[in-house]
Amino acid sequence: MKKYFNEFLKGIIRENPTFVLALGLCPTLAVSVSVINGIGMGIAATFVLLGSNIIISLLKNFIPDRIRIPCFIVVIATFVTITEMTMKAYNPVLNRALGIYVPLIVVNCIVLGRAEAYAQKSSVINSLFDGLGMGVGFTLALILISGIREFLGAGTLLGYSLVKGFEPAFVLGMPSGALLVIGLLLGFFNILKARKV
Amino acid sequence: MNAAQFLTIFISAVFLYNVILSRFLGLCSFIAISKETKPALAMSLSVMFVTTMSSIITWFIYRFLLIPFGLTYLRTISFILVIATFVQFVEMVTRKISPPMYRFFGIYLPLITVNCAVLGVAVLNSDMFFVNAKSMPGSFYYSTFQGICVGLGYTLAMLLMSGIRERLDLCNIPKAVKDFPLAFIIASIMSLSFLGFNGFKF
Repeated sequence: MKKYFNEFLKGIIRENPTFVLALGLCPTLAVSVSVINGIGMGIAATFVLLGSNIIISLLKNFIPDRIRIPCFIVVIATFVTITEMTMKAYNPVLNRALGIYVPLIVVNCIVLGRAEAYAQKSSVINSLFDGLGMGVGFTLALILISGIREFLGAGTLLGYSLVKGFEPAFVLGMPSGALLVIGLLLGFFNILKARKV
Repeated sequence: MNAAQFLTIFISAVFLYNVILSRFLGLCSFIAISKETKPALAMSLSVMFVTTMSSIITWFIYRFLLIPFGLTYLRTISFILVIATFVQFVEMVTRKISPPMYRFFGIYLPLITVNCAVLGVAVLNSDMFFVNAKSMPGSFYYSTFQGICVGLGYTLAMLLMSGIRERLDLCNIPKAVKDFPLAFIIASIMSLSFLGFNGFKF
C-alpha cells in the first residue's frame, strides 16, 4: 500500500508536472485567470491522465514500438473527446470559459509524457496511481497560479471578494500577468531546490 | 470575402491575439528553442509551413467529411491524427529529397506534431469560420490565411525573443531565474508591450 501511496505522492511534490518538469504550460497559463477555471481544467486533465494511463498500460504488450506515439495519441484523444462532450452537456459555462483549451489537452505534454515515460512500461495499478498523482499535482499547481492571479488581478478568490478597499492590479488577469507569475514561481522553486541540496 | 476581413485576421492573429504571447500556444517550443536566432528562425519557418498546411487539410476534412456525416464530435481525434501523419510524411520526404534542408528544418518537425499552435489553429478555424456546422462563404481562404498569419505571429515572437536572449548571455543574471524563469519574465514584458496593439480598431 505504501508503494502505491509513494507513486501517488511523487506527482504532487517531487515530480510536480508544472513546477519541476515544466510540462503542459500552455493550458496552465491560459486558463488560470480564475480559480474555478483552474480547478475545472485540472479535473479534466486528471480524468484524461487517469484514463489514458490505465488504457496504455493495459495495451502495452500489443502496441508495436514503432507506431506507439500515434497509438498513444488516439487513446488520449478519445478521452479528451469524452471529457469535451461531458463538459459541454453538464457545464456549458465552464466549457465556454476554457474554450479551445479543452480539445488542446490532447497535445498537453504531461499526458503524452506520462504515457511515454511511465505507463508503457509499468503495471496497471502503478500507472493508475501515477496518473492520479500527476493529475492532482497539476491541479494543485493550477490552483496556486490561478489563486495568485485571481487575488491580485481581481481582488477575489473563487468569486468572493476577500479584502475591502484592495485595488486590484488588472495586469495580472491579462496574458502578461500569467507569464510573470509563472516566471517568478519557477524562480522561487529554483531557490527552494538549491536550499535543499 | 473582402480585404477588410483579411486585414482583421492578419492584425488579430499576428499582434492582438499573438499565438504565443496572448494565446499561449506553442509555449514549450518557444521557451526551449529561442536561445539563438538561427535555430529559432528554422523552427518558426517549419511551424509556419505546418500551420498553413494543416489549416488547409483540416478545412477539407471538416467541410467534406465531418460535417456531412454529422461527426463533428470527432474533430479532436481526426485533426490530431491527420496533423501527426502529415508532419511525419513531410519529415520523411525532406529526409529523402534534400538532406541539407532536413538538417536545417527536419529535426524540429517531430516537435511540431505536439505543438499546440498547430492543433490550436485548426480548432480555431473550425470554431471561427463555421457557424452552426455550415461553412461561411470564403471560409477556405480565411482558414488558410489565418494559418499563415498564426505562423507569422509565431515567427515574430520567436525572433524578438531569441534576439533578446542572445544579448542576455552577456549579462549578470541572478542564479535562481537563469534560463527558463527569466525567459518567462521577458515574455511577460513582451506580451505587455503587445497589449498596445489593442487600440487597433476597424
